[in-house]
Amino acid sequence: MKKQIQLLSIAFLAFSLPVLAQDNAGLKLPEGFKANLYANNIGGARHIAITKSGVIFAKLNNPNKEGNSIVRLEDANNDGVADKINGWAKYGGTGIFVKGNSLYASSNEAIFKYELNSKDEVVNPLAPVTIVSGLIDRRQHNSKSITFDMANNIYVNIGAYSNACQEKDRMPGSQGMMPCPILDSAGGIWKFDGSKENQTYKDGKRYGTGLRNVIGLDWNTNSNQLYVAQHGRDQLNSFYPNLYSDAQNAEIPAETFYEIKEGDNAGWPYVYYDPSQHKKIVSPEYGGDSKKEGSSEFKEPAVAFPAHMAPMAVLFYTGNQFPAKYKNGAFISFHGSWNRAPLPQEGFFVAFVPFKDGKAIGEWEIFANGFAGTENGAKIANPSKAKARPCGLAQGPDGSIFVSDDTKGAIFKISYSK
Amino acid sequence: MVNLLMNRAIKIILLSCFLVIAQYSNAQNKINGKKIYETRCLVCHQSDGGGVPNMNPPLDGATNVNGKDIARLVKIIRNGYDERIALDGMYYNNAMAANPDLKEDAIADVLTYIRTSWSNKAGVVTTSQVKAALLKNKAAKK
Repeated sequence: MKKQIQLLSIAFLAFSLPVLAQDNAGLKLPEGFKANLYANNIGGARHIAITKSGVIFAKLNNPNKEGNSIVRLEDANNDGVADKINGWAKYGGTGIFVKGNSLYASSNEAIFKYELNSKDEVVNPLAPVTIVSGLIDRRQHNSKSITFDMANNIYVNIGAYSNACQEKDRMPGSQGMMPCPILDSAGGIWKFDGSKENQTYKDGKRYGTGLRNVIGLDWNTNSNQLYVAQHGRDQLNSFYPNLYSDAQNAEIPAETFYEIKEGDNAGWPYVYYDPSQHKKIVSPEYGGDSKKEGSSEFKEPAVAFPAHMAPMAVLFYTGNQFPAKYKNGAFISFHGSWNRAPLPQEGFFVAFVPFKDGKAIGEWEIFANGFAGTENGAKIANPSKAKARPCGLAQGPDGSIFVSDDTKGAIFKISYSK
Repeated sequence: MVNLLMNRAIKIILLSCFLVIAQYSNAQNKINGKKIYETRCLVCHQSDGGGVPNMNPPLDGATNVNGKDIARLVKIIRNGYDERIALDGMYYNNAMAANPDLKEDAIADVLTYIRTSWSNKAGVVTTSQVKAALLKNKAAKK
Protein backbone atom coordinates (compact mmCIF):
# COMPACT_ATOMS: atom_id res chain seq x y z
CA MET A 1 0.00 0.00 0.00
CA LYS A 2 2.75 2.40 1.03
CA LYS A 3 4.61 1.58 -2.15
CA GLN A 4 1.49 2.18 -4.16
CA ILE A 5 1.05 5.61 -2.59
CA GLN A 6 4.70 6.37 -3.27
CA LEU A 7 4.32 5.31 -6.87
CA LEU A 8 1.15 7.31 -7.16
CA SER A 9 2.77 10.42 -5.77
CA ILE A 10 5.77 10.00 -8.08
CA ALA A 11 3.38 9.64 -10.99
CA PHE A 12 1.49 12.65 -9.76
CA LEU A 13 4.69 14.71 -9.47
CA ALA A 14 5.91 13.58 -12.87
CA PHE A 15 2.57 14.58 -14.31
CA SER A 16 2.14 17.87 -12.47
CA LEU A 17 5.66 19.31 -12.76
CA PRO A 18 5.63 19.74 -16.51
CA VAL A 19 2.10 21.11 -16.26
CA LEU A 20 3.27 23.73 -13.77
CA ALA A 21 6.30 24.53 -15.89
CA GLN A 22 4.11 24.94 -18.95
CA ASP A 23 1.77 27.28 -17.11
CA ASN A 24 4.11 30.24 -17.77
CA ALA A 25 2.17 32.43 -15.33
CA GLY A 26 -0.69 32.34 -17.83
CA LEU A 27 1.36 33.81 -20.69
CA LYS A 28 1.59 32.58 -24.25
CA LEU A 29 5.18 32.70 -25.51
CA PRO A 30 7.22 31.55 -28.51
CA GLU A 31 8.79 28.06 -28.44
CA GLY A 32 11.57 27.71 -25.89
CA PHE A 33 10.55 30.67 -23.72
CA LYS A 34 9.17 30.32 -20.23
CA ALA A 35 7.68 32.79 -17.78
CA ASN A 36 7.00 32.96 -14.07
CA LEU A 37 5.59 35.46 -11.60
CA TYR A 38 8.62 37.22 -10.12
CA ALA A 39 6.39 39.29 -7.82
CA ASN A 40 2.71 40.10 -7.40
CA ASN A 41 0.47 42.71 -5.75
CA ILE A 42 3.27 45.21 -5.17
CA GLY A 43 1.01 48.10 -6.31
CA GLY A 44 0.46 49.46 -9.85
CA ALA A 45 3.98 49.14 -11.28
CA ARG A 46 4.71 51.54 -14.14
CA HIS A 47 8.31 51.45 -15.34
CA ILE A 48 10.99 49.14 -13.91
CA ALA A 49 14.79 49.34 -13.88
CA ILE A 50 17.41 46.70 -13.06
CA THR A 51 20.90 47.06 -11.61
CA LYS A 52 23.94 45.06 -12.77
CA SER A 53 23.45 42.69 -9.83
CA GLY A 54 19.79 42.08 -10.76
CA VAL A 55 18.01 44.22 -8.15
CA ILE A 56 14.75 45.59 -9.59
CA PHE A 57 13.29 49.01 -8.82
CA ALA A 58 9.63 49.59 -9.73
CA LYS A 59 8.01 53.03 -9.92
CA LEU A 60 4.39 52.91 -8.79
CA ASN A 61 1.56 55.01 -10.18
CA ASN A 62 0.42 55.80 -6.63
CA PRO A 63 1.72 54.77 -3.20
CA ASN A 64 0.85 51.12 -2.43
CA LYS A 65 -0.86 49.86 0.74
CA GLU A 66 2.43 50.19 2.63
CA GLY A 67 2.53 53.84 1.53
CA ASN A 68 5.51 53.41 -0.81
CA SER A 69 5.73 54.51 -4.42
CA ILE A 70 9.16 53.08 -5.27
CA VAL A 71 9.65 49.37 -4.58
CA ARG A 72 12.98 47.55 -4.42
CA LEU A 73 12.85 43.82 -5.25
CA GLU A 74 15.64 41.29 -4.89
CA ASP A 75 15.79 37.57 -5.66
CA ALA A 76 18.43 36.73 -3.04
CA ASN A 77 18.14 32.92 -3.32
CA ASN A 78 18.10 33.08 -7.12
CA ASP A 79 14.96 31.00 -7.66
CA GLY A 80 13.38 33.48 -10.06
CA VAL A 81 11.02 34.94 -7.45
CA ALA A 82 11.64 38.13 -5.46
CA ASP A 83 12.18 37.32 -1.80
CA LYS A 84 13.35 40.69 -0.41
CA ILE A 85 10.84 43.45 -1.08
CA ASN A 86 10.77 46.92 0.46
CA GLY A 87 10.08 50.47 -0.60
CA TRP A 88 9.95 54.19 0.06
CA ALA A 89 8.82 57.54 -1.45
CA LYS A 90 5.37 59.11 -1.37
CA TYR A 91 5.06 60.51 -4.91
CA GLY A 92 3.30 58.64 -7.72
CA GLY A 93 4.84 58.58 -11.18
CA THR A 94 6.10 56.45 -14.03
CA GLY A 95 9.80 56.91 -14.85
CA ILE A 96 12.69 54.98 -13.32
CA PHE A 97 16.23 54.42 -14.61
CA VAL A 98 19.48 52.98 -13.26
CA LYS A 99 22.62 54.73 -14.49
CA GLY A 100 25.87 53.57 -12.87
CA ASN A 101 25.49 54.01 -9.11
CA SER A 102 22.54 56.36 -9.49
CA LEU A 103 18.84 55.65 -9.51
CA TYR A 104 16.61 58.21 -11.23
CA ALA A 105 12.83 58.32 -10.62
CA SER A 106 10.16 60.71 -11.84
CA SER A 107 6.97 62.12 -10.36
CA ASN A 108 4.48 63.64 -12.79
CA GLU A 109 6.38 66.95 -12.69
CA ALA A 110 9.95 66.29 -11.56
CA ILE A 111 12.95 63.96 -11.81
CA PHE A 112 14.88 62.89 -8.70
CA LYS A 113 18.22 61.14 -8.25
CA TYR A 114 19.17 58.63 -5.52
CA GLU A 115 22.54 57.06 -4.76
CA LEU A 116 23.06 53.29 -4.61
CA ASN A 117 25.63 51.56 -2.39
CA SER A 118 27.62 48.43 -3.32
CA LYS A 119 24.62 46.22 -2.42
CA ASP A 120 22.33 48.28 -4.68
CA GLU A 121 20.55 49.72 -1.67
CA VAL A 122 19.43 53.34 -1.79
CA VAL A 123 21.56 55.48 0.51
CA ASN A 124 19.34 58.58 0.58
CA PRO A 125 15.70 57.45 0.24
CA LEU A 126 14.33 60.50 2.03
CA ALA A 127 16.69 63.07 0.54
CA PRO A 128 17.00 62.64 -3.23
CA VAL A 129 18.66 65.29 -5.38
CA THR A 130 16.21 67.17 -7.61
CA ILE A 131 17.50 67.04 -11.18
CA VAL A 132 14.53 68.63 -12.96
CA SER A 133 11.32 70.17 -11.61
CA GLY A 134 8.40 72.30 -12.77
CA LEU A 135 7.43 70.09 -15.74
CA ILE A 136 3.85 70.53 -16.85
CA ASP A 137 1.29 68.25 -15.17
CA ARG A 138 -2.26 69.00 -16.21
CA ARG A 139 -3.49 65.49 -15.40
CA GLN A 140 -4.01 64.22 -18.93
CA HIS A 141 -0.87 62.48 -20.32
CA ASN A 142 1.19 63.53 -17.31
CA SER A 143 3.59 60.55 -17.06
CA LYS A 144 7.22 61.66 -17.21
CA SER A 145 9.03 58.66 -18.69
CA ILE A 146 12.82 58.91 -18.74
CA THR A 147 15.79 57.39 -20.54
CA PHE A 148 19.48 58.24 -21.06
CA ASP A 149 21.78 58.39 -24.05
CA MET A 150 25.31 56.98 -23.94
CA ALA A 151 26.62 60.28 -22.60
CA ASN A 152 24.88 61.54 -19.48
CA ASN A 153 21.85 63.25 -21.01
CA ILE A 154 18.37 62.49 -19.77
CA TYR A 155 15.38 62.45 -22.13
CA VAL A 156 11.93 63.00 -20.67
CA ASN A 157 8.52 62.86 -22.26
CA ILE A 158 6.21 65.78 -21.53
CA GLY A 159 2.82 64.65 -22.84
CA ALA A 160 0.28 67.05 -24.36
CA TYR A 161 -2.52 67.81 -21.90
CA SER A 162 -5.03 67.41 -24.71
CA ASN A 163 -6.38 64.89 -27.20
CA ALA A 164 -6.17 66.90 -30.43
CA CYS A 165 -5.33 70.49 -29.34
CA GLN A 166 -8.93 71.60 -29.78
CA GLU A 167 -10.02 74.97 -28.35
CA LYS A 168 -12.11 72.87 -25.96
CA ASP A 169 -10.52 69.49 -25.29
CA ARG A 170 -12.65 66.51 -26.38
CA MET A 171 -15.62 68.75 -27.24
CA PRO A 172 -17.34 67.61 -30.45
CA GLY A 173 -17.04 70.30 -33.14
CA SER A 174 -14.36 72.34 -31.35
CA GLN A 175 -11.63 73.40 -33.81
CA GLY A 176 -7.92 72.75 -33.52
CA MET A 177 -5.84 75.72 -32.32
CA MET A 178 -3.38 77.06 -34.93
CA PRO A 179 -0.57 76.98 -34.11
CA CYS A 180 -1.08 74.55 -31.24
CA PRO A 181 0.04 76.53 -28.14
CA ILE A 182 0.65 73.37 -26.11
CA LEU A 183 3.77 72.48 -28.10
CA ASP A 184 5.99 75.15 -26.48
CA SER A 185 6.07 73.28 -23.18
CA ALA A 186 4.55 69.83 -23.84
CA GLY A 187 3.79 67.37 -26.64
CA GLY A 188 7.43 66.38 -27.07
CA ILE A 189 10.67 65.02 -25.65
CA TRP A 190 12.92 67.33 -23.63
CA LYS A 191 16.64 66.79 -23.06
CA PHE A 192 18.39 67.67 -19.76
CA ASP A 193 21.84 67.18 -18.26
CA GLY A 194 21.65 64.06 -16.08
CA SER A 195 24.20 65.34 -13.59
CA LYS A 196 23.02 68.93 -13.10
CA GLU A 197 20.76 69.79 -10.17
CA ASN A 198 17.61 71.92 -10.09
CA GLN A 199 17.00 72.30 -13.81
CA THR A 200 13.74 73.40 -15.36
CA TYR A 201 12.47 74.23 -18.89
CA LYS A 202 15.03 77.01 -19.47
CA ASP A 203 17.92 74.60 -18.78
CA GLY A 204 16.60 71.88 -21.09
CA LYS A 205 16.09 71.62 -24.81
CA ARG A 206 13.06 70.48 -26.78
CA TYR A 207 14.63 67.51 -28.56
CA GLY A 208 11.64 66.26 -30.54
CA THR A 209 8.11 67.66 -30.93
CA GLY A 210 4.68 66.87 -32.34
CA LEU A 211 4.42 63.84 -30.06
CA ARG A 212 1.03 63.69 -28.33
CA ASN A 213 2.02 61.35 -25.53
CA VAL A 214 5.03 59.08 -25.31
CA ILE A 215 5.23 56.70 -22.37
CA GLY A 216 7.66 54.19 -23.90
CA LEU A 217 11.07 55.44 -24.94
CA ASP A 218 14.55 53.90 -25.05
CA TRP A 219 17.97 54.71 -26.41
CA ASN A 220 19.08 52.30 -29.11
CA THR A 221 22.73 51.87 -28.13
CA ASN A 222 23.39 49.95 -31.34
CA SER A 223 22.46 52.85 -33.64
CA ASN A 224 22.93 55.58 -30.99
CA GLN A 225 19.42 56.98 -31.52
CA LEU A 226 16.37 57.74 -29.41
CA TYR A 227 13.26 55.68 -30.15
CA VAL A 228 9.82 56.60 -28.87
CA ALA A 229 6.34 55.06 -29.10
CA GLN A 230 3.44 57.49 -29.33
CA HIS A 231 -0.15 57.13 -28.13
CA GLY A 232 -2.23 58.31 -31.09
CA ARG A 233 -5.26 60.56 -30.77
CA ASP A 234 -8.70 59.27 -29.70
CA GLN A 235 -12.33 59.57 -30.72
CA LEU A 236 -12.34 60.23 -34.49
CA ASN A 237 -15.73 58.49 -34.71
CA SER A 238 -17.37 60.27 -31.80
CA PHE A 239 -16.32 63.74 -33.03
CA TYR A 240 -16.69 63.12 -36.78
CA PRO A 241 -19.24 60.32 -37.28
CA ASN A 242 -19.76 61.46 -40.89
CA LEU A 243 -16.06 60.85 -41.67
CA TYR A 244 -15.24 57.82 -39.50
CA SER A 245 -17.35 54.78 -38.60
CA ASP A 246 -16.91 52.95 -35.29
CA ALA A 247 -15.07 50.20 -37.19
CA GLN A 248 -12.71 52.73 -38.81
CA ASN A 249 -12.03 54.46 -35.49
CA ALA A 250 -11.04 51.08 -34.06
CA GLU A 251 -8.20 50.89 -36.64
CA ILE A 252 -7.23 54.59 -37.05
CA PRO A 253 -4.89 56.20 -36.18
CA ALA A 254 -1.91 53.87 -35.83
CA GLU A 255 0.10 53.79 -32.63
CA THR A 256 3.45 54.92 -34.02
CA PHE A 257 7.05 54.03 -33.22
CA TYR A 258 9.62 56.67 -34.26
CA GLU A 259 13.35 57.07 -34.47
CA ILE A 260 13.75 60.63 -33.17
CA LYS A 261 16.71 62.81 -34.11
CA GLU A 262 17.17 66.26 -32.63
CA GLY A 263 14.61 68.66 -34.12
CA ASP A 264 12.24 66.00 -35.48
CA ASN A 265 8.52 66.73 -35.58
CA ALA A 266 6.06 63.83 -35.60
CA GLY A 267 3.14 66.10 -36.53
CA TRP A 268 0.66 65.99 -33.63
CA PRO A 269 -1.91 67.59 -33.56
CA TYR A 270 -1.93 68.52 -37.25
CA VAL A 271 -1.69 64.99 -38.67
CA TYR A 272 -2.21 61.38 -37.64
CA TYR A 273 -0.94 58.19 -39.28
CA ASP A 274 -3.48 56.06 -41.15
CA PRO A 275 -2.10 52.49 -41.26
CA SER A 276 -4.40 51.36 -44.10
CA GLN A 277 -3.42 54.23 -46.43
CA HIS A 278 0.19 54.23 -45.14
CA LYS A 279 -0.04 58.02 -44.99
CA LYS A 280 0.02 60.97 -42.64
CA ILE A 281 -3.50 62.37 -42.84
CA VAL A 282 -4.60 65.89 -41.85
CA SER A 283 -6.58 65.83 -38.57
CA PRO A 284 -10.27 66.72 -38.99
CA GLU A 285 -9.86 69.47 -36.35
CA TYR A 286 -7.43 71.08 -38.84
CA GLY A 287 -9.56 70.75 -41.95
CA GLY A 288 -8.92 67.09 -42.77
CA ASP A 289 -11.50 64.89 -44.48
CA SER A 290 -9.95 61.47 -43.63
CA LYS A 291 -8.08 61.46 -47.00
CA LYS A 292 -6.19 64.77 -47.33
CA GLU A 293 -2.47 64.09 -46.90
CA GLY A 294 -0.43 66.06 -44.35
CA SER A 295 2.85 67.90 -44.82
CA SER A 296 5.94 65.86 -45.70
CA GLU A 297 7.95 67.81 -43.10
CA PHE A 298 6.49 65.47 -40.46
CA LYS A 299 8.37 62.32 -39.47
CA GLU A 300 7.52 58.92 -40.96
CA PRO A 301 7.04 56.21 -38.34
CA ALA A 302 9.54 53.34 -38.21
CA VAL A 303 6.65 51.00 -37.38
CA ALA A 304 2.87 51.54 -37.35
CA PHE A 305 0.97 49.42 -34.83
CA PRO A 306 -2.81 48.93 -34.66
CA ALA A 307 -4.77 51.82 -33.16
CA HIS A 308 -5.38 52.63 -29.48
CA MET A 309 -3.37 49.75 -27.97
CA ALA A 310 -1.27 52.17 -25.86
CA PRO A 311 2.48 51.43 -26.04
CA MET A 312 3.89 51.76 -22.51
CA ALA A 313 7.59 50.86 -22.70
CA VAL A 314 10.33 50.24 -25.25
CA LEU A 315 13.28 47.92 -24.52
CA PHE A 316 16.13 47.34 -26.95
CA TYR A 317 17.37 43.83 -26.25
CA THR A 318 21.14 43.68 -25.82
CA GLY A 319 21.33 40.33 -24.02
CA ASN A 320 22.72 37.00 -25.21
CA GLN A 321 20.19 34.64 -23.64
CA PHE A 322 17.45 34.93 -26.31
CA PRO A 323 17.91 33.56 -29.86
CA ALA A 324 19.97 35.70 -32.27
CA LYS A 325 16.99 37.33 -34.00
CA TYR A 326 16.12 39.23 -30.82
CA LYS A 327 19.55 40.88 -30.49
CA ASN A 328 19.28 44.69 -30.80
CA GLY A 329 15.57 44.42 -31.63
CA ALA A 330 12.87 46.28 -29.70
CA PHE A 331 10.30 44.88 -27.28
CA ILE A 332 7.27 47.12 -26.85
CA SER A 333 4.62 46.59 -24.15
CA PHE A 334 0.99 47.41 -24.91
CA HIS A 335 -1.37 48.39 -22.12
CA GLY A 336 -4.54 47.47 -24.07
CA SER A 337 -7.06 49.80 -25.64
CA TRP A 338 -10.21 51.57 -24.45
CA ASN A 339 -11.04 53.67 -27.51
CA ARG A 340 -11.88 50.72 -29.74
CA ALA A 341 -15.30 50.61 -28.01
CA PRO A 342 -17.96 49.67 -29.03
CA LEU A 343 -15.69 47.06 -30.69
CA PRO A 344 -13.80 44.65 -28.39
CA GLN A 345 -10.54 45.92 -26.92
CA GLU A 346 -7.09 44.86 -28.17
CA GLY A 347 -3.52 44.90 -26.94
CA PHE A 348 -2.56 43.59 -23.49
CA PHE A 349 0.62 42.03 -24.93
CA VAL A 350 4.33 42.56 -25.49
CA ALA A 351 5.34 42.95 -29.15
CA PHE A 352 8.73 42.48 -30.78
CA VAL A 353 10.18 44.55 -33.64
CA PRO A 354 13.21 42.97 -35.36
CA PHE A 355 16.11 45.34 -36.18
CA LYS A 356 19.00 45.01 -38.60
CA ASP A 357 21.91 47.44 -38.88
CA GLY A 358 20.15 49.84 -36.52
CA LYS A 359 16.87 49.96 -38.50
CA ALA A 360 13.50 48.31 -37.90
CA ILE A 361 12.95 45.59 -40.49
CA GLY A 362 10.13 43.31 -41.49
CA GLU A 363 6.93 42.66 -39.63
CA TRP A 364 6.45 43.17 -35.92
CA GLU A 365 5.10 40.20 -34.01
CA ILE A 366 3.34 39.44 -30.73
CA PHE A 367 6.00 38.11 -28.33
CA ALA A 368 4.12 37.58 -25.06
CA ASN A 369 0.34 37.45 -24.84
CA GLY A 370 -2.31 36.45 -22.31
CA PHE A 371 -1.79 39.21 -19.72
CA ALA A 372 -5.53 40.03 -19.78
CA GLY A 373 -6.12 36.54 -18.36
CA THR A 374 -9.27 35.71 -20.31
CA GLU A 375 -10.31 32.12 -21.09
CA ASN A 376 -8.76 30.95 -24.38
CA GLY A 377 -7.69 34.50 -25.22
CA ALA A 378 -11.31 35.74 -25.42
CA LYS A 379 -11.73 39.41 -26.20
CA ILE A 380 -12.71 41.83 -23.47
CA ALA A 381 -15.02 44.84 -23.71
CA ASN A 382 -13.32 46.97 -21.10
CA PRO A 383 -9.65 47.32 -20.08
CA SER A 384 -10.67 47.34 -16.40
CA LYS A 385 -11.53 43.64 -16.85
CA ALA A 386 -7.91 42.74 -17.73
CA LYS A 387 -6.18 40.74 -14.98
CA ALA A 388 -2.86 42.42 -15.84
CA ARG A 389 -1.93 45.27 -18.17
CA PRO A 390 1.67 45.22 -19.48
CA CYS A 391 3.57 48.40 -18.65
CA GLY A 392 7.29 48.49 -17.76
CA LEU A 393 10.03 46.45 -19.45
CA ALA A 394 13.59 45.79 -18.32
CA GLN A 395 16.41 43.38 -19.10
CA GLY A 396 18.10 41.41 -16.32
CA PRO A 397 21.85 40.79 -16.11
CA ASP A 398 21.40 37.19 -17.37
CA GLY A 399 19.43 38.35 -20.43
CA SER A 400 15.96 37.48 -19.12
CA ILE A 401 13.37 40.22 -19.50
CA PHE A 402 10.86 41.49 -16.95
CA VAL A 403 7.38 42.91 -17.62
CA SER A 404 5.49 44.91 -15.00
CA ASP A 405 1.73 45.30 -14.66
CA ASP A 406 0.20 48.53 -13.39
CA THR A 407 -3.14 47.17 -12.18
CA LYS A 408 -2.36 45.14 -9.04
CA GLY A 409 1.37 45.09 -9.61
CA ALA A 410 2.61 41.78 -10.97
CA ILE A 411 6.13 41.40 -12.36
CA PHE A 412 6.63 38.62 -14.91
CA LYS A 413 10.05 37.14 -15.65
CA ILE A 414 10.53 35.76 -19.17
CA SER A 415 13.53 33.55 -19.97
CA TYR A 416 14.73 31.34 -22.79
CA SER A 417 16.46 27.99 -22.79
CA LYS A 418 17.10 25.61 -25.67
CA MET B 1 -73.71 47.82 -3.66
CA VAL B 2 -73.23 46.85 -7.27
CA ASN B 3 -72.39 50.43 -8.01
CA LEU B 4 -69.81 50.49 -5.26
CA LEU B 5 -68.18 47.31 -6.62
CA MET B 6 -68.22 48.74 -10.15
CA ASN B 7 -66.64 51.90 -8.83
CA ARG B 8 -63.88 49.93 -7.15
CA ALA B 9 -63.31 47.80 -10.22
CA ILE B 10 -63.00 50.89 -12.40
CA LYS B 11 -60.56 52.42 -9.92
CA ILE B 12 -58.48 49.25 -9.92
CA ILE B 13 -58.52 49.05 -13.72
CA LEU B 14 -57.55 52.72 -14.02
CA LEU B 15 -54.75 52.30 -11.49
CA SER B 16 -53.33 49.25 -13.23
CA CYS B 17 -53.54 51.06 -16.58
CA PHE B 18 -51.64 53.93 -15.02
CA LEU B 19 -49.01 51.56 -13.60
CA VAL B 20 -48.63 49.76 -16.93
CA ILE B 21 -48.30 53.09 -18.75
CA ALA B 22 -45.83 54.37 -16.16
CA GLN B 23 -43.76 51.21 -16.49
CA TYR B 24 -44.00 51.35 -20.25
CA SER B 25 -42.85 54.96 -20.29
CA ASN B 26 -40.00 54.12 -17.86
CA ALA B 27 -38.93 51.39 -20.26
CA GLN B 28 -39.16 53.89 -23.12
CA ASN B 29 -37.08 56.38 -21.13
CA LYS B 30 -34.46 53.73 -20.53
CA ILE B 31 -34.36 52.79 -24.22
CA ASN B 32 -33.94 56.45 -25.15
CA GLY B 33 -31.33 56.87 -22.39
CA LYS B 34 -29.40 53.88 -23.76
CA LYS B 35 -29.27 55.51 -27.21
CA ILE B 36 -27.89 58.72 -25.72
CA TYR B 37 -25.42 56.71 -23.64
CA GLU B 38 -24.17 54.84 -26.68
CA THR B 39 -23.56 57.97 -28.76
CA ARG B 40 -22.14 60.26 -26.05
CA CYS B 41 -20.93 58.31 -23.02
CA LEU B 42 -19.94 54.78 -24.02
CA VAL B 43 -16.64 55.71 -25.68
CA CYS B 44 -15.14 56.78 -22.33
CA HIS B 45 -17.30 55.09 -19.70
CA GLN B 46 -17.43 51.84 -21.77
CA SER B 47 -20.30 49.51 -22.66
CA ASP B 48 -20.33 47.91 -19.20
CA GLY B 49 -20.16 51.25 -17.36
CA GLY B 50 -16.79 50.15 -15.97
CA GLY B 51 -14.84 53.25 -17.06
CA VAL B 52 -11.11 53.13 -17.84
CA PRO B 53 -8.56 52.80 -15.00
CA ASN B 54 -6.84 56.12 -14.12
CA MET B 55 -8.65 57.94 -16.95
CA ASN B 56 -12.44 57.76 -17.01
CA PRO B 57 -14.36 56.95 -13.81
CA PRO B 58 -16.71 53.95 -13.68
CA LEU B 59 -20.47 54.54 -13.50
CA ASP B 60 -21.36 50.94 -12.62
CA GLY B 61 -21.37 50.60 -8.84
CA ALA B 62 -20.04 54.14 -8.29
CA THR B 63 -21.32 55.52 -4.98
CA ASN B 64 -22.04 59.04 -6.22
CA VAL B 65 -23.80 57.83 -9.39
CA ASN B 66 -26.13 55.80 -7.18
CA GLY B 67 -26.34 58.53 -4.53
CA LYS B 68 -28.96 61.17 -3.71
CA ASP B 69 -27.21 64.22 -5.22
CA ILE B 70 -29.02 64.28 -8.56
CA ALA B 71 -28.12 67.98 -9.01
CA ARG B 72 -24.40 67.16 -9.15
CA LEU B 73 -24.95 64.44 -11.78
CA VAL B 74 -27.07 66.81 -13.89
CA LYS B 75 -24.40 69.51 -13.58
CA ILE B 76 -21.62 67.15 -14.77
CA ILE B 77 -23.66 66.01 -17.78
CA ARG B 78 -24.61 69.58 -18.78
CA ASN B 79 -21.31 71.39 -18.09
CA GLY B 80 -18.74 68.63 -18.41
CA TYR B 81 -16.00 68.06 -15.86
CA ASP B 82 -12.35 69.09 -15.98
CA GLU B 83 -10.80 68.26 -12.62
CA ARG B 84 -9.06 65.24 -11.20
CA ILE B 85 -11.84 63.15 -9.71
CA ALA B 86 -11.49 60.95 -6.64
CA LEU B 87 -14.03 58.14 -6.59
CA ASP B 88 -14.18 55.12 -4.29
CA GLY B 89 -10.47 55.28 -3.53
CA MET B 90 -9.24 55.74 -7.12
CA TYR B 91 -8.31 58.81 -9.18
CA TYR B 92 -9.37 59.65 -12.74
CA ASN B 93 -7.74 62.29 -14.93
CA ASN B 94 -9.49 62.79 -18.27
CA ALA B 95 -11.68 65.78 -19.02
CA MET B 96 -15.34 65.19 -19.88
CA ALA B 97 -16.98 67.28 -22.59
CA ALA B 98 -20.07 69.40 -21.81
CA ASN B 99 -23.47 68.52 -23.30
CA PRO B 100 -25.14 71.95 -23.56
CA ASP B 101 -27.58 70.68 -26.22
CA LEU B 102 -29.06 67.87 -24.08
CA LYS B 103 -32.62 68.82 -23.05
CA GLU B 104 -34.05 68.12 -19.58
CA ASP B 105 -35.93 65.00 -20.67
CA ALA B 106 -32.84 63.61 -22.42
CA ILE B 107 -30.71 64.17 -19.31
CA ALA B 108 -33.41 62.40 -17.26
CA ASP B 109 -33.42 59.48 -19.71
CA VAL B 110 -29.67 59.01 -19.78
CA LEU B 111 -29.46 59.27 -15.98
CA THR B 112 -32.29 56.74 -15.70
CA TYR B 113 -30.37 54.39 -17.98
CA ILE B 114 -27.12 54.85 -16.02
CA ARG B 115 -28.76 54.50 -12.60
CA THR B 116 -30.73 51.35 -13.52
CA SER B 117 -28.16 49.49 -15.65
CA TRP B 118 -25.42 46.95 -14.86
CA SER B 119 -25.41 46.52 -11.07
CA ASN B 120 -26.96 49.95 -10.45
CA LYS B 121 -30.39 49.99 -8.80
CA ALA B 122 -30.68 53.65 -7.82
CA GLY B 123 -33.85 54.11 -9.83
CA VAL B 124 -35.49 56.50 -12.25
CA VAL B 125 -34.66 60.20 -12.63
CA THR B 126 -37.60 62.30 -13.83
CA THR B 127 -37.62 65.37 -16.06
CA SER B 128 -38.97 67.45 -13.17
CA GLN B 129 -36.06 66.32 -10.99
CA VAL B 130 -33.66 67.45 -13.74
CA LYS B 131 -35.47 70.81 -14.04
CA ALA B 132 -35.25 71.30 -10.28
CA ALA B 133 -31.56 70.36 -10.36
CA LEU B 134 -30.83 72.87 -13.14
CA LEU B 135 -32.61 75.61 -11.16
CA LYS B 136 -30.66 74.64 -8.04
CA ASN B 137 -27.37 74.70 -9.97
CA LYS B 138 -28.27 78.08 -11.47
CA ALA B 139 -29.07 79.49 -8.02
CA ALA B 140 -25.79 78.15 -6.62
CA LYS B 141 -23.88 79.83 -9.45
CA LYS B 142 -25.30 83.29 -8.58
